[in-house]
Amino acid sequence: MWQQLFDGLKSEEFMIVAVAEESRGAEHARQWIEQANAQYWCLIDTEHHVADLYGMVNVPQAVWIDEAGRIVRPPENAGSTDHFRLMDRATRTLAPEHQSARLAARGAYLDAVRDWVLTGRHALPADMASRRLPRITPEIAQAQAHFRLGVWLRRHGNAAEGDVHLAEASRLHPESWNIWRQAADLDEVGKASGEAFWQRVQALGEGPYYPQPEL
Amino acid sequence: MATVLTEQGEMAVAATNGLWLSAADAERATGWTLRPEGMCLDDVCVPLPVREGLVDVAAFWRLLDRPVVSDAAGETWVLGASAEQRNTAFSELIAPDFTLPDINGVPHTLSALRGQKVFLCTWASW
Repeated sequence: MWQQLFDGLKSEEFMIVAVAEESRGAEHARQWIEQANAQYWCLIDTEHHVADLYGMVNVPQAVWIDEAGRIVRPPENAGSTDHFRLMDRATRTLAPEHQSARLAARGAYLDAVRDWVLTGRHALPADMASRRLPRITPEIAQAQAHFRLGVWLRRHGNAAEGDVHLAEASRLHPESWNIWRQAADLDEVGKASGEAFWQRVQALGEGPYYPQPEL
Repeated sequence: MATVLTEQGEMAVAATNGLWLSAADAERATGWTLRPEGMCLDDVCVPLPVREGLVDVAAFWRLLDRPVVSDAAGETWVLGASAEQRNTAFSELIAPDFTLPDINGVPHTLSALRGQKVFLCTWASW
């Protein structure tokens, strides 16, 4: 989906940096990256370092950075919507009106990125950008250390102990879908969108899974 | 030998009794230098007991109020960044820098893109 955006902006001073939060590593991400036929940067982040640095809690999230290296839009959901919650889980299909609303929201977000690159629109003034930055708490910082150790232990054949640290990371930082879903995926591919995931989504009640960016 | 995971990467160190390290290893792992006053960085020194030339890096890191976690055997350690460090990094809204590999292992550094607008986004297969 980003290649299309990139195609239209090739003559601009613009780059997309797509970071795979993928603790299973490059080989696991390769098929998606090759399929995307991407001409922008596609990076592999096995330890979720970018999520840690930027206080990101879900995918896709995006940060807009200007020519001077300043954040002009802090991390926010990058064009996804909660329509998936209305999906028929048996057939994995969405009603046509939900599907079109979903695509419209994504289109509007991509248009906003395009607008920003071409005209500077949608970049937030510094005070507003600062207010929207995530606040990292000591619990979150501690969670990131446990997450890193958990991923390392799993990669080095110690799944049982790794899982203890991954669970502790989730307990300390329950808002992070990244941590919870990555841990589930490391346990078993597919588990990140299994029954336990849907229960967690349901527990949000009226709350959003993908908060909509205020453009 | 123990493995220490830091902001700078992963390194092997000779550790005893937890994370007691030689001055050289302590400096490699933390970026701070052992001096008679304690562990020092620029003008700041944190007093710390030294035993037979070894320094307790885990205790030092906790004194800095930064996360320290290890496996049960004490063979793998994470010296993490504190919440304050993360929040301070956002001051002036400068995008925190990082270097990550692409699928062919070639490293890329965000700050190399200065002069261009950057759309930094995350995704995952899961």
